[in-house]
Amino acid sequence: MADKINLIVDGNEIQAEQGKTLLEVAREYGKDVPTICYHDATTANALCRICVVEVEGQRVLQPACIVKAAENMKVQTRSEKVIRSRKTILEMLDSTMDLSEAAEIQVMMKDYEADPNRFPDAERREVPVKDDNPMYIRDYSKCLLCWRCVQVCADDAQYTFAINFEGRGYETQIGTFFDKAIPETTCVLCGQCVGVCPTGALKPKREFLLEQGMSPNEISVLNTGRKRRKEKPT
Amino acid sequence: MTDNHSQLFTAIEPYVPMGRSGLLPALHAAQKIYHWISEETATEISKTLRVPLADIHGVIEFYSLFYNEPIGKRVIRVCTDVACALKNGDEVLGHLCSHHGLKAGQTTPDLSLTIEPSPCLGLCEHAPVALVNDEAETNINLEKDTYELGRPLSWVYGSIRLLTANCGNGTASLEKYGEYTALKKALGMKPEDIVAEIKASGLVGRGGAAFPTGIKWEGAAKADGSPKYVICNADESEPGTFKDRILLIDDPHRTIEGMCIAAYAIGATKGYIYIRAEYPYILPVLETALNEARGAGYLGKDFDIEIRVGAGAYICGEETALFESIEGKRGFPRVKPPFPTTHGVFGKPTVINNVETLCNVPLIIAQGSVEYRKIGTEKSPGPKLFCVSGDVTKPGLYEVPFGVTLRELLDMAGDVANEKKLQSVLFGGAAGAFATSQHLDVKMTFEDLRAAGLPLGSGVVMVFDETRDMRDVLKRLGHFFAHESCGKCYPCQMGTQRQMEILDRIAEGKVLEGDLIRLQDVGWTMTDASLCGLGQTAAGAVLSAMKLWPELFSLESDGLPSK
Repeated sequence: MADKINLIVDGNEIQAEQGKTLLEVAREYGKDVPTICYHDATTANALCRICVVEVEGQRVLQPACIVKAAENMKVQTRSEKVIRSRKTILEMLDSTMDLSEAAEIQVMMKDYEADPNRFPDAERREVPVKDDNPMYIRDYSKCLLCWRCVQVCADDAQYTFAINFEGRGYETQIGTFFDKAIPETTCVLCGQCVGVCPTGALKPKREFLLEQGMSPNEISVLNTGRKRRKEKPT
Repeated sequence: MTDNHSQLFTAIEPYVPMGRSGLLPALHAAQKIYHWISEETATEISKTLRVPLADIHGVIEFYSLFYNEPIGKRVIRVCTDVACALKNGDEVLGHLCSHHGLKAGQTTPDLSLTIEPSPCLGLCEHAPVALVNDEAETNINLEKDTYELGRPLSWVYGSIRLLTANCGNGTASLEKYGEYTALKKALGMKPEDIVAEIKASGLVGRGGAAFPTGIKWEGAAKADGSPKYVICNADESEPGTFKDRILLIDDPHRTIEGMCIAAYAIGATKGYIYIRAEYPYILPVLETALNEARGAGYLGKDFDIEIRVGAGAYICGEETALFESIEGKRGFPRVKPPFPTTHGVFGKPTVINNVETLCNVPLIIAQGSVEYRKIGTEKSPGPKLFCVSGDVTKPGLYEVPFGVTLRELLDMAGDVANEKKLQSVLFGGAAGAFATSQHLDVKMTFEDLRAAGLPLGSGVVMVFDETRDMRDVLKRLGHFFAHESCGKCYPCQMGTQRQMEILDRIAEGKVLEGDLIRLQDVGWTMTDASLCGLGQTAAGAVLSAMKLWPELFSLESDGLPSK
């Protein structure tokens, strides 16, 4: 049995196991701390900052996904500052990308009364869909840069290193070496990136085609056609 | 082609044993040959250093000064940041472009010339300026058609000359600098006594964060793990800051001696000087100085120093982003804790200090902390460098004891130029805050400035006269942070963009209802929730401007800022 520590969360004295993060502790006690980039299977990088909480004595808000609970810590999971940050982050996200398939974020928008039109003159991140392999499509207009795909492609899972980042800052996008098509990269089509994508930016090709209105039959023909072409010697 | 490959291999061979950590030096070496990094070159580097292709692409894409498409043999980078804009930097860029028939950012078809705008080049006292390949083009005067090209001059003034004793007259050789007497004294002391002396001196970091240097050293000295590292942060990129440029080019041995003392105190065997790529003219000076120090036996036995050159990324001045950069990665800041003293570069105990901080070290050790503390005030002991630029009669580097007032400093600089009145002073850099004439009698110490709500930052004092359009100044600050945000955490990645968009619009006089609160929410979200110091300070100047001049951001129907 691990050592227990005592801390105060939203005014309630609680006990937690040593070594647990504030997120784990909060969820254990039924507190709703939202997360976007966090995923159980990937290294937490504290990117989205939607899980920030106010910890007494700390100059800035603390990301609950990586900060460990400590003895006598006083934590507020929904202070005024926390709400302002979460709401503004959500409003900025909504003015940046296509959240139409990010159901969890849409719920958060409602919860925090985020105004989808807060930034009327925002330049959105819009890019054409990349459809360059038989397995999945990449629709980076829906990408919120959670990094999960890059992480599972690298040392969080697959050690394939097929994708990385392009650009910097607001211009950042996930990309391949000199923007090569997926079949020309080290990608092994393992599908792990598709599995961890939270917004439908990475999507199985079949699902994408069904959404485009193709019938399963048409898709099957398309796939065999593709396979045949690939088998031809060059 | 084969010739080309062997030329490339010869150039990157020295970096092969470094593996991934050799990536930035290898990319620089390749770019020196071809002026850009082609797919073919990147593939060769990938094979040679054993770094995944996608990762190399990610690194090239991160740094502004690595190019994955051909650029000119001659590249002119014209500063369009705040200090240069006051002296018609935009006009210089426009003039050059129309003269050569190019648009900003374009290259001539014969690949002879590229002209591009640049963030602050650290030559603010000589505004307007440009960087022409490895040479500084300073004091450009379009009307008279005059400029200076080559090594930039050092204009050094002030009431004391301790840190700048050898500055203002070209590079001080080892012969002129003299023996490393402070290091010799230090080597006769116990390492823990050196740490105690630095702690007793009250020295705090001069790069902007003002962290107590002695506590940093103590942490690294006591930390388990080897090897240990000492890093000199010379990635001076805060707009308006140029002190480290002058300290390094005129008196490199003072910094090197400071690093040697730090290395002995914490038990480090390896040092890095990480210098921004926009200071290429300092590199030969540093190489010579390091060789002189090796020849004299100060370096090369228990401790040696390697120079690392950045590649156009302000974020790499953030200590953990700088480590990532040395390790050959994109300059993403790390989550802290763990702190550098226990988990620094390569995950090992590391002391990282700013150039000016390190220059204080020989002074403290040579005369002792008691004598050192006679300079400055009780809570802010020591000498301080201020980078004075903008609308003053005598811009330049000013060394004064902590505690002089802003008025006294401006008097030394000949006051506001052309007999105009003072409108405001940008304090501490882009990440700083604005002061006005009501702050003239504030003593420039950490404690007095903090009480006045002004950050000392990296010592920037940029002056704006009564005629200046502060909305244009704010717009440029907005562009700077949007350009320099690394994109890692959401508040800064999107906040710097939204802030820039709103400031752009306001600069055009198009204020929307609710802009004040909109900008304030973005600003406070960046300040409160960002991962690193860049995002946490990216709205500082804007938020201070909103307090001072709410009318710039509001329609009459809007309320005033609540916080």
